[in-house]
Amino acid sequence: MKILVCISNVPDTTTKITFTNDNTEFNTAGVQYIVNPYDEIALSKAIELSEGGKGTVTVINVGEASNDPTIRKALAIGADDAVRVNAAPRDAYFVAKQIAEYAKDKDFEIILTGRESIDYNGNQVAAMIGEFLDIPSISIIKKLEINGDAATIEREIEGGKEVLTVNGQFVASCAEGVAEPKIPNMRGIMSARSKPLVVIDAVEIEAVSKVSKYETPAPRGNVKLVQADQSEQLISLLHSEAKVI
Amino acid sequence: MSVLVYVEQAEGKFKKSVFEAVSYAKAIADQSSTNLTAISIGDVAESELNELGKYGASKVLTVNVEQLKTFVNQAYASIIAAAAEKESADVVVLSNSFSGKGLAPRIAVKLKAGLADGAVELPSTDGKFSIKKTAFSGKAFAITELTSANKVIALNPNAFGVKENNTDVAIENFTADIKQSDLGTVIKEIVRATDKVSLPDAELVVSAGRGLKGPENWGMIEELANLLGAATACSKPVSDADWRPHSEHVGQTGISISPNLYIAIGISGAIQHLAGVSSSKVIVVINKDAEAPFFKVADYGIVGDAFEIVPKLIEALKAHKA
Repeated sequence: MKILVCISNVPDTTTKITFTNDNTEFNTAGVQYIVNPYDEIALSKAIELSEGGKGTVTVINVGEASNDPTIRKALAIGADDAVRVNAAPRDAYFVAKQIAEYAKDKDFEIILTGRESIDYNGNQVAAMIGEFLDIPSISIIKKLEINGDAATIEREIEGGKEVLTVNGQFVASCAEGVAEPKIPNMRGIMSARSKPLVVIDAVEIEAVSKVSKYETPAPRGNVKLVQADQSEQLISLLHSEAKVI
Repeated sequence: MSVLVYVEQAEGKFKKSVFEAVSYAKAIADQSSTNLTAISIGDVAESELNELGKYGASKVLTVNVEQLKTFVNQAYASIIAAAAEKESADVVVLSNSFSGKGLAPRIAVKLKAGLADGAVELPSTDGKFSIKKTAFSGKAFAITELTSANKVIALNPNAFGVKENNTDVAIENFTADIKQSDLGTVIKEIVRATDKVSLPDAELVVSAGRGLKGPENWGMIEELANLLGAATACSKPVSDADWRPHSEHVGQTGISISPNLYIAIGISGAIQHLAGVSSSKVIVVINKDAEAPFFKVADYGIVGDAFEIVPKLIEALKAHKA
């Protein structure tokens, strides 16, 4: 079983988000980059499915050479090999097209991504790859089991869950619960250095979107404290002042 | 030129988030003096479809075939894209719901369209089609310009609100070819907890963290939520410890929410948690530790023991409702 896992290089979750150049560029100064946490779940699931010689796991990233440490981390977690499409990612459409172009003649049975990236919070890449390759895409999955050619998948829906099956090739975006994120061990870290990381050129496509500016949320006013022994006052404030209940 | 909105149904009914998407799409149609068409897929009664007129849809296309009674991502995307082409719609609007998140990207590729997901405002009207959307899990917004001829927008729940705009509505059957290859997924089971408010589009959310000490203490959180008609949520350590399901985890690596009211009980407010909830309109924090970072972003706060305060709030709420 050949599995492709798409990974994104994102600022660490503790990063304070600031912008430069009149709020038109993300300020990368001092920012630590990590494998997108949801992509790590997807990668951990792929490794689980391929363990014991049952398959191979390739990770793919669209990005410049500065992403290589993040890709090596994915190899240390347990991916067999890696591909980097050498281009600055412009938007999800661009990224999905690059991955689909790479994957179209490689016979991957399963393509996994995280449910979203924690930088642009896009949930676009998985379903876009599905559309470019004309294969089923299942978004925000919570469970994945493979039995022969068939996969049984549980996905989240508003106020519940949906269980579905799919035969043959598919792409899915993974949420928490699909697998426990794996932590690289020393052997993994050492072997990651010698695992193949192939760099390929991007295909040209017309841009469909661009970020022109960033804004940060307006600061909130000071907290209005209610005394613990008069906590019932909170209900009347929420009703008469905030008007939310 | 026109605007098309996809109206997602669950068991034949539309939810508030659908009426919100229709209201939003109508405002976009008004910006360019054009009409709004809605597309409904599945078995929805005419009386329910007529409701869409209240929020500004002048036409409703309806597809009701056996194979598509339940959600099939690929086939639904094909039909919505076909409807957009038939209506010459250059803007397609959806709710940024669980299903919408799976559909919008496929529709965008079919229509070679830029997609703004997580939209929180109407597009600009200064010549460029720019939309404010959430980024960095609520720590910032990205003003995204869609430069393609066609555009797809997935609207965040509670971002725009429901606005009535009574319009005469015409209902038309829509037939689209369904390719066999579009039916690759087969739904085996749908489980809905009908008595619970769904978290992503809840207007009120009661959330609790490690300060609750254990899963056995969630009864009072649920009681408070039930009285308010709120959804329940939790912090990451709580779902990691299996006190609550992962689907309740809100924050940067969980669900990002923007309810009208977010009550955080026994949650200190780590940067990752704040990232996913800071766009809530009103934040209430109840915590023993007066130095908890959450108080810095709260509108109202009580410093004290949740085990004393929450039961008092429950009593006060019962009295308020009576």
